[in-house]
Amino acid sequence: MIEKSLKGDHIYWAWVAFLLVMIGIGFIAYMRQWDLGLGITGMGRDISWGLYIANFTFLVGVAASGVMVVLPYYLHNFKVFARITIFGEFLAVAAVTMAMLFIFVDLGQPARVFNIILYPSPHSVLFWDMIVLSLYLILNIIIGWRTLEAEHQEEAPPIWLKPLVFISIPLAFSIHTVTAFIFSGLGARPFWLTALLAPRFLASAFASGPAILIIMCIIMRRFAKFDIGQEATQKIALIITYALSIHIFFFLVEIFTVFYGGIPEHVHHFEYLLGRGGQSILTISAWISLVLIWIAFLLMINPQTRKTEGTLIYALLAVIIAVWIEKGLSFIVPGFIPSPLGEIARYSPTLAEIFITIGVWSVGILFLTVLYKVTVSIKKGMVS
Amino acid sequence: MNRRDFLKLACFSVVGTPARSVFDRLTGKDIAGPTKEGQPKWAMVVDLKMCASKPGCRDCVDACHSIHNVPAFNNPKDEVKWVWTDSYKNIFPEQSHRFVSVEVQTRPVLILCNHCENPPCVKVCPTRATFRREDGIVMMDYHRCIGCRYCMAACPYGARSFNWKDPRPFIKKIKEDFPTRTKGVVEKCSFCEERLAKGLKPACVEACTTKALTFGDLNEPNSQVRNLLASKPNIRRKAYLGTEPKVFYLE
Repeated sequence: MIEKSLKGDHIYWAWVAFLLVMIGIGFIAYMRQWDLGLGITGMGRDISWGLYIANFTFLVGVAASGVMVVLPYYLHNFKVFARITIFGEFLAVAAVTMAMLFIFVDLGQPARVFNIILYPSPHSVLFWDMIVLSLYLILNIIIGWRTLEAEHQEEAPPIWLKPLVFISIPLAFSIHTVTAFIFSGLGARPFWLTALLAPRFLASAFASGPAILIIMCIIMRRFAKFDIGQEATQKIALIITYALSIHIFFFLVEIFTVFYGGIPEHVHHFEYLLGRGGQSILTISAWISLVLIWIAFLLMINPQTRKTEGTLIYALLAVIIAVWIEKGLSFIVPGFIPSPLGEIARYSPTLAEIFITIGVWSVGILFLTVLYKVTVSIKKGMVS
Repeated sequence: MNRRDFLKLACFSVVGTPARSVFDRLTGKDIAGPTKEGQPKWAMVVDLKMCASKPGCRDCVDACHSIHNVPAFNNPKDEVKWVWTDSYKNIFPEQSHRFVSVEVQTRPVLILCNHCENPPCVKVCPTRATFRREDGIVMMDYHRCIGCRYCMAACPYGARSFNWKDPRPFIKKIKEDFPTRTKGVVEKCSFCEERLAKGLKPACVEACTTKALTFGDLNEPNSQVRNLLASKPNIRRKAYLGTEPKVFYLE
């Protein structure tokens, strides 16, 4: 089946070539980091996690959100999603791959990565995160690929796939919950120390992930003449609207507890995020995210603008960018400001760090392009 | 014992005990091994007034950093520190208010790894590269550390440093009897375990000329540290987090 990814028009090949160039640039930057150490990034003593971990957190959410199309189809037999489920699963595959790569490029001693398996540590959340992420990745590869194979051979998918799908559903929730626990279990960082973190992560993931899925489908319709149908798009848009509303509600609940509770250790982080220490990339992007999320919310709750594709696209892009900022830099960096010693450090990613980040994204997008290409070819072949 | 009690006990021993041990493992309660008879429990007492009596003094910091091959990067981003000072109001924010005299607020406070009884850094480490010895010292295995920096995020005291670059070119004079570190691993104070093994006191304590630092065994009822803690009011950094720091401060 994979050979279907080798047949495409010049736009397809230009796109693949572009991604390969980006991966190449990222790889060169990573080789520099390998030689010189993480000192070539903007991270430092006080802000010791940055852009890599930010993208990791966001992408685990995207991976988990595949369940938003898988669950209605498999548990509720919601046929409208029949054509799209596999795209959700493959999006999850690409997103988990990127998430794991981001952890890898963040390691100071990447050659020792297998120490996590050689010396298993059940009291470390990172250990559990590795386990659930790997399982989720393997399950989605098997489920997605085998389903597609069955479709290709025009037969029913094997029976043993069903239990795997049923395992993958709670696993989707668990990958993002465990990722939230990495942060929310740290007494040292009041910004992250909130029981609401895992629910908040899930809500924002179920808004941003499906938004990416719709955008992908619109791109496929435009370039591959493959349409998932208006009904499926609108149903996903509705799911996004609910998830977005819950996400905003959770955020306001958090803000209330922090500011009304008024414990300085909690308040300070939010104050610096919103600009008390002066303007910086951090505060500006935080405000952009806040504005975008409300624009998206207004466009999504209004049926008129949600149902018009022209405005829906803008709403979806706003959701994606807002959540990427909110779960990324706006989430990771303020956890370190102020530092445990009251230090107000600044963080801005370096060029090398940005290239490596783009490189990792390009690997994931290349995976996604190939997987989607194969899927579309097979699905279109069936129609004709 | 009637049948009901017997069943309860049986259920508890079959389900309860393993459940308890699983719970302890997951929450990191099993990090510390049992204290053995005669095993010391090392701690340090810092007398802030005596320490401040010699303004600008860096004797302990220099002693530590030179024998442990700690690099000097001269920029706050890459800095590696094992022991250093910061102002009272930064270290004890919850004890500082505007009526505390300026003299106290700006007083230097010596800080280092607290060698917590419940070390959050050890709990989060995914490779057990950082671990707690039975004598309470929290140690690093520089050869196992993968450099994920989860321990740095988990430490409430900012006691851990990461080697953002190769440290060797930045070490003033390499001491051959102590290992240098490589880029990409985390390091911190080790209470001079290599000196304790030889019956010596930690280098900072030995270098201190104002007698501000006292080091000793908490399990020894007549030790100097126990006497100081029993006779003078003392505080610890962020004790409310339940980490049980073993560096104490006399005000």
